[in-house]
Amino acid sequence: MIVSMTLELKDIPGQLVIALAPISELHGNIMSVVHQHEEKTPRGTIPVQITFEIDQNFLDELIERLEKSGVGVARVGEERLRSSVSVVLIGHIIHSDIGDTIDRIDKTGFAEVVDLSLSMPAIEKTSSAYLVINAEGEKELKNALEILREVAAKKDLLMIEPIRLNSEAA
Amino acid sequence: MKTVRLSIIGFGAVGQGVARAILSKKEMLTGQGIDLCVVGISDSKGSEINVRGIDLKSALERKKQKGTVATGNESALDIIGNVEHEIVVEATPTNIKNGEPGFSNMSAAFNSGKHVVTSNKGPLALCFSQLKEAAEDNGVFFRYEATVGGAVPIFNLIHESLAGNRVIGIEGILNGTTNYILTRMAEERLPYDLVLKEAQELGIAETDPTYDVEGVDSACKLVIIANSVFGEAASYRDVDVTGITKITPEALELASRNNYVVKLICEAGNGTLTVAPRLVPKKHPLAVGGTMNVASILTDLAGKITISGKGAGSIETASSILSDIMYIVRNS
Ligand SMILES: NC(=O)c1ccc[n+]([C@@H]2O[C@H](COP(=O)([O-])OP(=O)(O)OC[C@H]3O[C@@H](n4cnc5c(N)ncnc54)[C@H](OP(=O)(O)O)[C@@H]3O)[C@@H](O)[C@H]2O)c1
Repeated sequence: MIVSMTLELKDIPGQLVIALAPISELHGNIMSVVHQHEEKTPRGTIPVQITFEIDQNFLDELIERLEKSGVGVARVGEERLRSSVSVVLIGHIIHSDIGDTIDRIDKTGFAEVVDLSLSMPAIEKTSSAYLVINAEGEKELKNALEILREVAAKKDLLMIEPIRLNSEAA
Repeated sequence: MKTVRLSIIGFGAVGQGVARAILSKKEMLTGQGIDLCVVGISDSKGSEINVRGIDLKSALERKKQKGTVATGNESALDIIGNVEHEIVVEATPTNIKNGEPGFSNMSAAFNSGKHVVTSNKGPLALCFSQLKEAAEDNGVFFRYEATVGGAVPIFNLIHESLAGNRVIGIEGILNGTTNYILTRMAEERLPYDLVLKEAQELGIAETDPTYDVEGVDSACKLVIIANSVFGEAASYRDVDVTGITKITPEALELASRNNYVVKLICEAGNGTLTVAPRLVPKKHPLAVGGTMNVASILTDLAGKITISGKGAGSIETASSILSDIMYIVRNS
């Protein structure tokens, strides 16, 4: 399973290594680590978000080992949607019912629109939207993008996707 | 000393750049044992011919003063067919409807056993394989580095430096005008129309900007890449093209807030050819600004190689032409 955890590290050197060691020991595969040095918790600890793949049976053992080594486990969640892509849409987005567009993606069950920002300069002018789609895997992400392409073509929206050859997304 | 005679067909920005480059590199070329002797120059009004070598300085001066280089009314085809020389530099305007006058000039050059060096995309985008075959049949070189990416040596890099690699895909910005417009729109939060006008005033965009902003110019370059690098008999119709005219400053702002820039990207690979605006991460090597061009080449052995530089300009484009001339001189 893919797990994302928020850990709380003491503000002294070497803590990140201590936190990551048990994941490797239990044959976990670390996928991402987001370390925010500037952001301290009220407790004076430093929050770190890690995402990794691990055998479900080892999860309790892992949490136990982490806490024994002085690392706080603040949050544990299963990460279902691991692939992500950003897209910009331009056109009469509101007229064309953005809600319906998002629904089409969310209804797949394997992908979701997780972020949406809209910019509308004036009524009757074209508006622009930035959205992030998460999906279970790369294949599902491609399917979601294909759906969005169809919708965009039908609703006469310009869809700007990320570069392909040069990036892992899509 | 090896004397190589050439003609310059088309004496606009690029043709004059070639003349200036030959003039300014005279000493360097002599040092390498090469004497480049221009025996004919044509523009739309006529030609100057001198079998002992044209005085390039006065030819440039005459073009500036009188608007034409012509001292007689021979045509380009007269020079190519009747004046003895080895290399034809073809730099007439790009025409993507029928490729003329470039196509006839190049064909005549091949048929009379002359090498061709060109910056003219039209004939290549329309009938690449036909021209390549004509060159092969006549045992002469056909070099066109300047047609794609201006000063950026994309074909030399792929065919020479990366020889032995299989090219998996190519992705890049091959049109400086659209890059300038998108860069300015993003930086100044200005609408498309206003920035286009500014670009036209600066001479970066043409009075009729359609070819650039609708992605036609980019698509032509992609077709040349598909033919030259992937050996595909692709034509303009095989490219899926989207231009930049619908892009809003708000869209660029939203992208920027999420650490992306929007660029008109040419993409070849997986048997598909696409020109479309795309999101490029701000710190990515493809995220070059202004009028810059860039190409990222994905290969099986060398991995990814990215080069960028000036995609247009008189002397910059002449750099690519000169390098093609030197290649022929060294290999013939
Ligand atoms: N400019 C660049 O930075 C750049 C970069 C890469 C590739 N290119 C390509 O290089 C080519 C030349 O570009 P340019 O910017 O130099 O264009 P340009 O300034 O318009 O020059 C074109 C030249 O061709 C001449 N010409 C037109 N019809 C002719 C004919 N039938 N016979 C002989 N000469 C003829 C014109 O004569 P007049 O002078 O009498 O009008 C002019 O001298 C184009 O195909 C362009 O797409 C340009």
